[in-house]
Amino acid sequence: MTNTQKKYIKNTFIYLLLTVFALFFVIPFLWILSTSLKGDAQIFTIPPQWIPETFHWDNYAKVFERIPFLLYIKNSVFISAIVITGTVLSSSIVAYSFACLNWPGRNFMFILVLATMMLPIQVIMIPVFVFFKEIGWLNSFKPLTLPAFLGGGAFNVFLLRQFFLSIPKDLLDSARIDGCSEFRIYWNIVLPNAKPALATVAILTFMFTWNDFLGPLIYLSDQAKGTIALGLGMFVGQYVTEWSLLMAASMLMMLPMLLIFFAFQKYFIQGFLMTGLKD
Amino acid sequence: MIMSIYYSLCRYDVLRIPQFIGLANYEKLLFEDPYFWTSIYNTLFYTALRVPFSIVGSLLLAVLVNNAVKGVKVFRTVYFIPSIVTGVVLSVVWLWMFNPQFGLINSFLAFMGIPGPLWLLDPDWSKPAMVLMSVWSIGGGRMLVFLAAIQNIPLHLYEAVDIDGGGWWAKFRNVTVPMLSPVIFLWTVMEIIFSLQVFVEAYIMTQGGPLNSTMFYNLYLYNKAFNDFEMGYASALAWLLLIISLIITIIQFRISRKWVYYEGSK
Repeated sequence: MTNTQKKYIKNTFIYLLLTVFALFFVIPFLWILSTSLKGDAQIFTIPPQWIPETFHWDNYAKVFERIPFLLYIKNSVFISAIVITGTVLSSSIVAYSFACLNWPGRNFMFILVLATMMLPIQVIMIPVFVFFKEIGWLNSFKPLTLPAFLGGGAFNVFLLRQFFLSIPKDLLDSARIDGCSEFRIYWNIVLPNAKPALATVAILTFMFTWNDFLGPLIYLSDQAKGTIALGLGMFVGQYVTEWSLLMAASMLMMLPMLLIFFAFQKYFIQGFLMTGLKD
Repeated sequence: MIMSIYYSLCRYDVLRIPQFIGLANYEKLLFEDPYFWTSIYNTLFYTALRVPFSIVGSLLLAVLVNNAVKGVKVFRTVYFIPSIVTGVVLSVVWLWMFNPQFGLINSFLAFMGIPGPLWLLDPDWSKPAMVLMSVWSIGGGRMLVFLAAIQNIPLHLYEAVDIDGGGWWAKFRNVTVPMLSPVIFLWTVMEIIFSLQVFVEAYIMTQGGPLNSTMFYNLYLYNKAFNDFEMGYASALAWLLLIISLIITIIQFRISRKWVYYEGSK
């Protein structure tokens, strides 16, 4: 066998494997889409139909009739917007002080911040819940949004700090000599230079908040205050056999994520390489 | 955190003020509560199944997409897409995938002439089903991490294997795995911590059933805290989880000295 033949066989084999795995990862999406467009009778056929006879686009409209989906979207967008703003602002300020300022005990504090990443959320969940209950914040968006302004999460601080360290020190020092205040250095020099890192933080925060289930589940009891994740969770309990509607609702919830993914692939993947935020 | 330790030593139902009862919660957990041990067993079983599959699987995927063939970048993107599906959506979608009669998986198996199991309705299959789902959703993301590490391996190491006449397997075993061992180690540690914390999937898909086969640790903790309002008891559960995670992590660090290769250290 010549070398070209060998290579040809090897490449065929590689493409075969690549295709098999691509099917494994992609087919569920096609299946969701297909189910979401089917009528009741078409769902329960053996073998399953891939392309529905008639496209039931009205399934998507029905989702909005059955549950207050629009309201849930509004709530989720509102919460996500505040959380993203709070997280980006506060984590970048904290990261700035870790990366660009010198103060006693800085390194020790940084290690402490990193250590909190290891802590299971369950350990602090209960005292935090009790605290919010005591101050009367239950069943409001406050416990879900306002904590974002207090530091913005250890991981984000870490990510931004690493990025800020790469900004040349001379740039900051010359600004200081010119009499620039620390806040203006942070706001006018560091932030504009860190746009890619800030985008990564914003995207990951959005993804986490949009999908968060435990937080809303614990803090929100009023149906009208539900988020989209909570709404979908309830939907499963109520309409467990209406798969076409469930899949339509899932598609709707995935859509913003897919759009962001294709629009900002680079930041998305960068964020993933640095984290395991997937849980 | 300190409040959490304090609560774990109390009987506390949120309505009345906490009442100090010493270590009674821990005693009850360890010696009287059968569900505690069920949830530990389930969680460890799930972890022991998920971690090797996701690590080995995504490592092999990374090696596969490291081949410089045309269009491989498209495949990388495609593999990554499921990573953006998490939590509730993931659970809802796979609930339908696992439907024993009309779900995609059993339809496919029937097509191949294999009678599919009941998946989430069968106590023996419910945990493997959830592992399969997790691997689908995290495989692509982990793959990218390993891929980035593989691309940092100096090429001359592979060339050395070529000269010795070694093939694909020799390269993988003698170069890729040892050079990647720090990354593999780090991700094994993280993957175990994530697996121990599985919650949303079980909450949405099975509520712990059938026959408590998916009553995972965090689901049990959630039920204790927010259904039964036994906050003290739940805090004790949380602290035990932290201790368990720490012990497992320490053991891993011990074992890692035997197999993890750090370049620059002897």
